[in-house]
Amino acid sequence: MSDSYYNKEDLGKFGEISEWQPELGKKFFDYYASVFKEGSLSAREKALIALAVAHTIQCPYCIDAYTKDSVKRGIEEEEMMEALHVAGAIRGGASLVHGVQMMNKAKELLM
Amino acid sequence: MKSLKAQKHQLSQTEAQLALLGDNKSIQIPSFKEKLKGCDLFPLRPTQIEVLQINLGKMCNQVCKHCHVDAGPDRKEIMSRETMEACLQALRNSDIRTVDLTGGAPEMNPHFRWFVEQLHRLGKHIIVRCNLTIIVANPKYNDLPDFFKAHGVEVVSSLPYFSARRTDSQRGEGVFEKSIRALKMLNAVGYGKEESGLILNLVYNPSGGFLPAGQEELEKQFRQKLDRGYDVAFNSLFAITNLPVSRFLDYLVQSEQYETYMRELVSAFNPQAAAGVMCRSTISVGWDGYLYDCDFNQMLDLKVATRESQHIRDFDAIALKGRNILINQHCFGCTAGAGSSCGGETV
Repeated sequence: MSDSYYNKEDLGKFGEISEWQPELGKKFFDYYASVFKEGSLSAREKALIALAVAHTIQCPYCIDAYTKDSVKRGIEEEEMMEALHVAGAIRGGASLVHGVQMMNKAKELLM
Repeated sequence: MKSLKAQKHQLSQTEAQLALLGDNKSIQIPSFKEKLKGCDLFPLRPTQIEVLQINLGKMCNQVCKHCHVDAGPDRKEIMSRETMEACLQALRNSDIRTVDLTGGAPEMNPHFRWFVEQLHRLGKHIIVRCNLTIIVANPKYNDLPDFFKAHGVEVVSSLPYFSARRTDSQRGEGVFEKSIRALKMLNAVGYGKEESGLILNLVYNPSGGFLPAGQEELEKQFRQKLDRGYDVAFNSLFAITNLPVSRFLDYLVQSEQYETYMRELVSAFNPQAAAGVMCRSTISVGWDGYLYDCDFNQMLDLKVATRESQHIRDFDAIALKGRNILINQHCFGCTAGAGSSCGGETV
């Protein structure tokens, strides 16, 4: 057993999750491959969304994978960071918008 | 920055490179030979010799970090006129239509222009792999765009990215700005303009330890960025995979990416790309006239496996067509994904 919860080599073993549940594993990976195909959104746009989401859910495997994918696709450093700021703004906004709830409650409590 | 050879670096020795590449068991990857056997392509055989790729020398005005030739200003090995004469003789006696001139910077060979003129007289389709910055490196090279035009040369130029950051990190400080100036000079005489018939193709290769994305997608981005940002036009973009040879191999080892990169190449092995590898239709000539299956085998000193025709002065198309192509672990670079060749994707 590893000393760490996360090992970068495990990313390459992602496919092995199908070993214990082949049918669902196959369905998931087929779906995953379809999602990232060029569609109404370009593969480039999807890579940037994935990169931003990866940082939101703070998955080190996803950050590794989609940073590499973005670089490979010729996405510039400024574009990648800007995508993260979108994620950051939504995360920050999600905290701050609850400030209204806080204000409502505080008003209720205070004279 | 000096070449690996000038640094007396261990990996400037082909034996050291081959020993590292050959140790596939310690990084737990299969051999290229096994993979070819698995798709009935071993031994790998030529189809037709369509291209003679001639390396005019290792001298270059740039010292790019990924260079598989280990070229640079400190490299003095260049092709002699006598060897060029032997190339012309071989071409006269063969039906090879395309001659692909490479280096180093082939234009730095003092016999370059004479050689191109002779090839033009033979009616060959001439490709020059121009690093762009040579055009602006010295006033004596400023007329290269006109010279290329006068001899119907197809220009193929490396530009790893459409911004300075990634281009300069690979090819040297200021290279992007100089490359744009040179591209504008080529555009000014008609290169890259659709109606001119003068072909200017760009080569993209990744600025790091990763494989290129799809050629079409990259070409679209390059066209948009170069047009909008710099008013530069080109015909096609060739996406090329960096092969683990010479300086790029050193980069992979130094940055501890060698194993990951090799595994990525292996997992992206594509039998269709293997069937279309360029060594099946190309012969590569070294600066000293020796013959190789490709430019990468040339840099690893793996000469063609036919005793009758190891040097351009003994060029024998029939013997060469009957040879087995020499393969090694670096060949995984040409068979990954959509394939990689001097003309970009192969699938």
